[in-house]
Amino acid sequence: MKVTKDLVAASATPMVLGILAEGESYGYAILRRINELSGGELEWTEGLLYPLLHRLERLGHLESSWQSVAGERKRKYYRVTDRGLAELAEQRRQWDTVVGALRELWHDRTPLAVNGLGGLA
Amino acid sequence: MTAHDGPAELEAQFAQWRQYVLRRRELQAVDADELEDHLRGSVDELVAAGLSPDEAFLVAVKRMGSLDELSREFAREHSDRLWKQLVLTGDSDSPVAGTRSRRTLWVMLGCAAGAVASVKVPALFGLSFADDGSFYARNATLFALPWLAAFLAWRRGAQRSVIAVLVALFVLGAVAANAYPLADDSQSVVVTGVHLPIALWLVVGLAYVADDWRSSRRRMDFIRFTGEWFIYLVLMALGGGVLSAFLFNTFAAIGIVPEEFISQWLLPCGAAAAVVVAGWLVEAKQSVVENIAPVLTRLFTPLFTAALLAFLVAVVWTSHGIDVEREALLLFDLLLVVVLGLLLYSLSARDPLAPPGPFDKLQLALVVSALAIDVLVLVEITGRITDDYGSTPNRAAALGENVILLVNLAWSAWLLLTFVRRRTPFAALERWQTGYLPVYAAWAWIVVLVFPPLFSFA
Repeated sequence: MKVTKDLVAASATPMVLGILAEGESYGYAILRRINELSGGELEWTEGLLYPLLHRLERLGHLESSWQSVAGERKRKYYRVTDRGLAELAEQRRQWDTVVGALRELWHDRTPLAVNGLGGLA
Repeated sequence: MTAHDGPAELEAQFAQWRQYVLRRRELQAVDADELEDHLRGSVDELVAAGLSPDEAFLVAVKRMGSLDELSREFAREHSDRLWKQLVLTGDSDSPVAGTRSRRTLWVMLGCAAGAVASVKVPALFGLSFADDGSFYARNATLFALPWLAAFLAWRRGAQRSVIAVLVALFVLGAVAANAYPLADDSQSVVVTGVHLPIALWLVVGLAYVADDWRSSRRRMDFIRFTGEWFIYLVLMALGGGVLSAFLFNTFAAIGIVPEEFISQWLLPCGAAAAVVVAGWLVEAKQSVVENIAPVLTRLFTPLFTAALLAFLVAVVWTSHGIDVEREALLLFDLLLVVVLGLLLYSLSARDPLAPPGPFDKLQLALVVSALAIDVLVLVEITGRITDDYGSTPNRAAALGENVILLVNLAWSAWLLLTFVRRRTPFAALERWQTGYLPVYAAWAWIVVLVFPPLFSFA
């Protein structure tokens, strides 16, 4: 099972903000973390990640800086700003609403297929 | 593959990949850095998992997905990058380029200030616009063009000998415009007024090609420069017009009429500065409107061809020769010059290696119809020269121009024909046109310097 493109896109911003809220990170590591968190089910491409990072930076949710770590090559690190944390809190409220509603729907009722047939009968 | 050349080869692959990335306009050097870091992270991981560097690179690139998709996504976020921006602050990738463009900016501002001063200095000696209009009309191009030439010569690092020639030619122009005892209403004043700008513009051309004036490619660059410069100038003139209108009306609304400021300061100074600024814009940002002038020639070549053909058909249909007033004859000359400009500009915008196409045939049709009109005009002028009034400076100048145009158009038509039939390379046409530029220069100078005494200052 793979998560559809629309859902990936919709969840992209809170996902990135949430990962960066754990601590500053860079593109490749963010992608690995997403992979790890979703058990490989969320398929992110570089074409999704980097423009998103740049957009969040432009909106003031992120800050970036080039750092060279211990004699290694230079790398662009991203860090979440206060604005970004506020945005994350807001998105989290929205996601909680959506997830809560879905959970309500799916957990308090009989399985969908049976319910559907019952409705038809 | 030995263990030794592995990393080197991998580095070469990274470098090559980077080249591909940088070819995308949507992606800038910092993005390439970031993406390269990503790719390297991916490769490191795959190598750690046991793949050879070669395999790891291939897999990592494949995982990264197509560059098309990547740059499409980048374009969505950074759409501003597709609009090349004019960088006035010298905020360039390399600090060296930055200081150079800043210095160019200062030199340009100096030259523009010089042009502005040149316009206003005569007023200090009692020569006002209102009273000495003819002085300003004769010298208009002498105020600004030397400064444009100075800027270009500085840009090219022109040799002393070239600079000496430039100075001598501008002095010669100033002498031709002011030394001859011409009455304000004499024909020679008009003839000089038309030819001096041409002569001086080709002096600017000499400053432009200062580093390699023999090169046909450099002369073609100058033709390209001319087209772009003209477009920038027109745009600035439009902006200046809007500015003047607002200034005039807003101040008039509070009871101050800034007519004198606009006509004595804003317009002349703005025009003189614009000549230099336009040249700088073409030099600094050749790419901003790089596509406008070629697009205009593409649009107007068919339209002019249709207009000329329609005219020729009408001439044959009515079996009516050209029999018009002097002004209308001048109109025909202007028409031929526009055609020549279209031809020159589309030649300069063309990829010289491309095979002949429909557009080249269209151009052939344009040149042939212009040639036919030129012959009609020549017949008319010769008829006039043999009439009662004989040869006047006006007629002689027109006759000379039409002969020069006839030679150029005839040989261009022949070269275009052989090019369309794939007998000669495009370069022959290019060489012919660029080689012909000095002929125009020579003729313009002859008219300016020799005609007034020749026709005893009529």
